[in-house]
Amino acid sequence: MLTTKITRRSLLATGAAAAASSIPTGWAIAQPKPVKVGLMLPYSGTFAQLGENITYAIEMYLAEKGGKLGGREIQLVKLDDESKPELGLQNADRLIKRDNVDVLIGTVHSGVQMAIHKAVTESGTLCIVPNAGAVAVTRNLCAKNVFRTSFSNWQPAYGMGVVMGKRGVKKAAWVTWDYAAGAESGEGFKQGLEANGGQVVQTLTLKFPETNFQPLLAQIPGLGVDAVGSFFAGGGAINFVKDYAAAGLKVPLVGSGFLTEGVLGPQGAAAEGVETALHYGDGIDNPKNNAFRAAFKAKANREADVYAVQGYDAAQLLGIGLEAVKGNMENEAGLYKAMREAKIDSPRGPISFSKSQEIVQNIYVRKATGGLNKVTGVAVANLADPGTGCKL
Amino acid sequence: MSVFLAQLLNGLQYGLLLFLIASGLTLIFGVLRVINLAHGSLFMMGAYAAFLVVRTSGSLWLALPAAILIGVGLGLLLERFLFRHFYNREHLDQVLLTFALILLFEEFRSLLVGNDFHSVPIPDALNFSVPITAGFSYAAYRFVVIGVCLCLAAVLFFWIERTKTGAVIRAAAEKPEMVEILGIDASRVHLTVFAVGTALAMAAGALAAPLTSVYPNMGDGLLIISFVVVVIGGLGSISGAFWSALLIGLVDTLGKAYGPAFASRGGMGAVIAAAAAMSVYILMVGVLLFRPTGLFGGRS
Amino acid sequence: MTDAHRMMPQSWRSWIALAAGTAMLAALPFFATPYYVGLLTTAMIGAMLALAVHLLVGATGLVSLGHGAFYGLAAYVVYLISPEGAALPIWQTLPAAMVVAGLAALLIGSLALRTRGFFFLMVTLAFGQMIFFVFHDTKLGGGTDGAYLVKPLIAAFGFELNPASLPRVRRAWPVYYVALVQLVAIYLVLAFLFRSMLGRVLEGIKINEPRMRALGFNTYRYKLAAFTVAGMFAGAAGHMWSLHTGFVNPELVSWQKSAEALLIILLGGIGSLSGAVVGAFAFYGLAEVAQLVTERKLLVEGAVIFLVVIMFREGLTGIRFPRRHRKVPVPDAPSETRVHG
Repeated sequence: MLTTKITRRSLLATGAAAAASSIPTGWAIAQPKPVKVGLMLPYSGTFAQLGENITYAIEMYLAEKGGKLGGREIQLVKLDDESKPELGLQNADRLIKRDNVDVLIGTVHSGVQMAIHKAVTESGTLCIVPNAGAVAVTRNLCAKNVFRTSFSNWQPAYGMGVVMGKRGVKKAAWVTWDYAAGAESGEGFKQGLEANGGQVVQTLTLKFPETNFQPLLAQIPGLGVDAVGSFFAGGGAINFVKDYAAAGLKVPLVGSGFLTEGVLGPQGAAAEGVETALHYGDGIDNPKNNAFRAAFKAKANREADVYAVQGYDAAQLLGIGLEAVKGNMENEAGLYKAMREAKIDSPRGPISFSKSQEIVQNIYVRKATGGLNKVTGVAVANLADPGTGCKL
Repeated sequence: MSVFLAQLLNGLQYGLLLFLIASGLTLIFGVLRVINLAHGSLFMMGAYAAFLVVRTSGSLWLALPAAILIGVGLGLLLERFLFRHFYNREHLDQVLLTFALILLFEEFRSLLVGNDFHSVPIPDALNFSVPITAGFSYAAYRFVVIGVCLCLAAVLFFWIERTKTGAVIRAAAEKPEMVEILGIDASRVHLTVFAVGTALAMAAGALAAPLTSVYPNMGDGLLIISFVVVVIGGLGSISGAFWSALLIGLVDTLGKAYGPAFASRGGMGAVIAAAAAMSVYILMVGVLLFRPTGLFGGRS
Repeated sequence: MTDAHRMMPQSWRSWIALAAGTAMLAALPFFATPYYVGLLTTAMIGAMLALAVHLLVGATGLVSLGHGAFYGLAAYVVYLISPEGAALPIWQTLPAAMVVAGLAALLIGSLALRTRGFFFLMVTLAFGQMIFFVFHDTKLGGGTDGAYLVKPLIAAFGFELNPASLPRVRRAWPVYYVALVQLVAIYLVLAFLFRSMLGRVLEGIKINEPRMRALGFNTYRYKLAAFTVAGMFAGAAGHMWSLHTGFVNPELVSWQKSAEALLIILLGGIGSLSGAVVGAFAFYGLAEVAQLVTERKLLVEGAVIFLVVIMFREGLTGIRFPRRHRKVPVPDAPSETRVHG
């Protein structure tokens, strides 16, 4: 159902774009043009559900606002990026150059994000990142037209490291795939742990996206560590947690929340008791969250997750920006200032943005209990990414 | 020392699973001389078949026989209506056709089951672990996988070496023209080989499903390594595939276990680690150049 | 099978077609939006790679799954030699890329060409995988996520063209024209090559190698020459990719990339240079249309490949000249490869 809507909508959007672009601007009609928001997300492949949840949440917010932000109608143009980095530039160009979007919201996969980042920094298009956590986006490659409402790979893992350190973990191991997200999370975990009296004595990695964890797991008992931190997502997370449990390792497994996010069902009993740190979880009891979850469930017919929240907040951020400039996107300085200074009431709690335009948020500790990631406390409140190398 | 033992066990289990996948490929390849890039997709379909069987019937025990049956059926269909017309075609055509099949099979899977990850639960009877070292246990199901693979290997070996059909297949692997000359219906041989080969790949998928879970493109990573196993073991040789798969399984596992220690020493160590990881490809090239019949004998 | 005579644009008609095509491509940016200029550049790069693969497969009959590796290797070379954050001029990067790709092809070819048919396919696959491994699993090229590089400067002989100095609408033009010039150059070089002794020997090797050897030709050397030249041209295409996108990733050296190039020459029509070019444009055009029209792009791609292999084996340029087919029945050569395999 969602997929056919996309086709028709994007066809209409493309048609509208073709028609609209043929009208000389000198003849601008009194009614303002709609703001074209391109959604570059995965709608196929393993991350399809993430793309869909983000989209549902954005649509939900727009519906709440009557389809208009800052007095201007919002037109969504969806593009399936298939989570393929090699197609990233081409896809970003489709939205920016062919469909002439005013705003680009995307994407999920960090490899694709780098392509989008390159395209939007060249074209100057406003970009809000609803998931991809590559730290470069708001560190050395930060740009005034790029904002992120999700997380940086560093944040959740840092929170976990802090918790471990405070609990007295002196020696830990770090297990992940050998790729940017794993390395960046590892950095966070290490820094959080070291700031609290511990250290990472061994890093075990596996080629991405292999799932043959046995050779790594067999090494863990011999390391003499108090805890094993990890970063895996999706299928890898499912298999890792299950294999970890099956290996009967006495060392507790912890990690960045993606280890257990959206995969508790398939993980089953193996995940029971696993603690992770993330900027969202089950059981966050505030009015905004309760309303959000209910509305999302009604719309999408499944439970809201962290991805939905991230998408919702991307829409909120855009809304705040457009409100501040009364829909005049030409006022870039005003728009970006309003967005950077925004303080948003998010379902996950209060959020704001750092100088590098990275989200500042609470990181919660959760414990997997009975198929839910129950929030048991706050690991770090209002955690900002270091933003190293950002010249904003 | 016991960690080493655990790693040996890991290598063994991985290698045996590789054997099961590669055995189907070596038969199809060796006898029919058809390049089938879609072999990884067959593995994927076996895994998804297991998932669907467990989801509907609740029993994993049915999954393996179901996968084998479906495999036989699918193999017969594919041979009869598709591959039969491609034996005489150029390699280019076979490469592209089977490349298209990969895409089509994945889309078929996507339409049928969707794109989510799914776990395939292990039956409660097997859902325990056996401690093999002080801090490390081995899942009982993995022992089952080892056992089933060894059984299937024995059955295959017996079939190829001791039965008349097996003899015909061995002959066909060595000299395809011989079969016709001897008056044996070649198309029967082709059907049998293709059906068995497909069934083996799907059986491997069904067996592996509880360990790997099912997800899109899960067969991609195994495709190339299966070709490596087949080439090193010798085209058409079941025993060759067996020893070659074990070798590769062990090299891969031990490489993962001890490689990073080398790599972290930087410089020469990193080069050695990289070379170790590429060693299977280097071996493959060596075999192709100097011993095309395979390291472990070109005859079953 | 393949009408060998169609490989060489002997007739004046083909030269006119070539000139017309070039003129059309040269004029296109004036009528197309920047997005489509970029898309056409991508298609031209695909055509360059397809021409290289045509030399190998269409002209010499060497089916390889490793040529994507030379393409991607060249793209990575640009990344590796560019100093951090700075750009090198293309009069440095292009030769470097082509030389490295050519050397790699020479090295790999010298080993791979000792095998034939199916074994040759496997050796090229193995080498391709080794190169893939280097860029996918080590830090050399940025790993699985790829890496960004600063695009080379379009500069030669003291003359420099900075796209940023152009109005926004025309920024994509310099790269477009550089690609067009390279494409036409490669096309012409190959066209003349095929008319030369080398071209005829390769044709002979494709049809019946033992006979060529019996005639006294050192077929190994000729094949190696073709392999290396094809590698160099693949390298030129890869360099162009870096110039066009400023991004490299391991998929550029994957076997799927090689398979894609094979598909393109089949789609356009094996046995003619124009087939390679037509195939590339058709492939990228089809992909673009598919993206607009459907969610199931891969299904469309799979179905198209399937149909082309089964029914339209002569490709797009093949359907246009049905009469030429039936003129000279060329003996079937494919079993050739199996006897040695």
